[in-house]
Amino acid sequence: MARISKETASFGSFLIELVVYAVFVFAYFFLVLHFLGHWVKHLFDQYRTAYAAVALALIVVQGIVLEMLTTALLKLIRRREE
Amino acid sequence: MDFLISGTHISPIYLMVVGFVIGILGGFFGVGGSFLAGPALFAVGVPMNFVVGTDLAHIVGKSIVAAKRHRMLGNVDIKLGLIMVIGTILGVETGAQIIQQLKRHRNVDAVVAVAFVIVLVGISAFIGWESWQTSKMRKTERAGKSPSKRKLKQDASAIAYVAKYVQGLHLPPMVSLPNSGIARISLWTILVVAYVGGVFSGFLGGGAGYVRMPALVYVLGVPTHVAVGTDLFEVVISASYGTFTHALKGNVDILIALVMHTGAAIGAQIGATLTQYFHGTRIRLAFVPLPLLGAALIVYSLITGHHLK
Repeated sequence: MARISKETASFGSFLIELVVYAVFVFAYFFLVLHFLGHWVKHLFDQYRTAYAAVALALIVVQGIVLEMLTTALLKLIRRREE
Repeated sequence: MDFLISGTHISPIYLMVVGFVIGILGGFFGVGGSFLAGPALFAVGVPMNFVVGTDLAHIVGKSIVAAKRHRMLGNVDIKLGLIMVIGTILGVETGAQIIQQLKRHRNVDAVVAVAFVIVLVGISAFIGWESWQTSKMRKTERAGKSPSKRKLKQDASAIAYVAKYVQGLHLPPMVSLPNSGIARISLWTILVVAYVGGVFSGFLGGGAGYVRMPALVYVLGVPTHVAVGTDLFEVVISASYGTFTHALKGNVDILIALVMHTGAAIGAQIGATLTQYFHGTRIRLAFVPLPLLGAALIVYSLITGHHLK
């Protein structure tokens, strides 16, 4: 019984962290991607080499930032479980 | 949401969910997930040349997350990964050149889609057969042994003789891979495996982990857990190169990749953590239906001509 309630609690905290993550992501969509779209399209049409470099830099930076964010969120979940 | 570069209109929620599912699968199986991401993008009307390049870009971001997680779990053979990068980059360039040739002949969609289906069904059938054979072999071997003696990362394969033969080839220079439990192996065999994976990556998109991960296990004899982690590490470097070269050729819609990656980032963490709880044979067996799902999506789009808007 205690084990079930512990699993339910950890699943609940995981869902909370997922909601926090979703809020971050939606803010990102509307604040960053909205403004980025036209500039990136301009680079794609006019300066293809710069576009290639910017595209790679964007995905690498996002990868590192989201890795840090998800690691922090998962650590929070584990701390709550303990 | 309008994606101006590829001229498509796709729901960001759809892209995030696809990214999340692919993230879990990628973290668990050590594959980029292009066997699902490619068909999922094609199914909502993204042109095939953009599918190939965009998928590679999304894989760069996602693999950073999963590779770091696997490194913490001790599943990455960095020496093997760095050697493989050389062969993979040469292969990616070959694959990207094939795509360019097909673009000139205006039949890139049909050729890539049909090739994708053949490769996916072939891999699924092979891994299914091998894992089933290995499971039978393990059951027979275990008959008299205590279950407590078994370890999660212990690996077995019904076709282990292939890896033994490859490791026995004496083609200098020879290298040792202690992290993978390989005493001596020819550098050329590693480069050939990586080159073939790279050609698939450049031609069909993604990191081609669906080819490279099984090849690491069956051809080179790397334990499944290490194959998963090393493949992801290697994919970070080779997919970065692939993204750049495809972006130069106008095949990358980076905004689609960024949106997909937001879902994939959290999925990859979950998937990588899950590998601790499964035997190598079970990981491979669970992999079997996934390429078939991707193949079914492509066949649906090809036969009906409809896209899942």
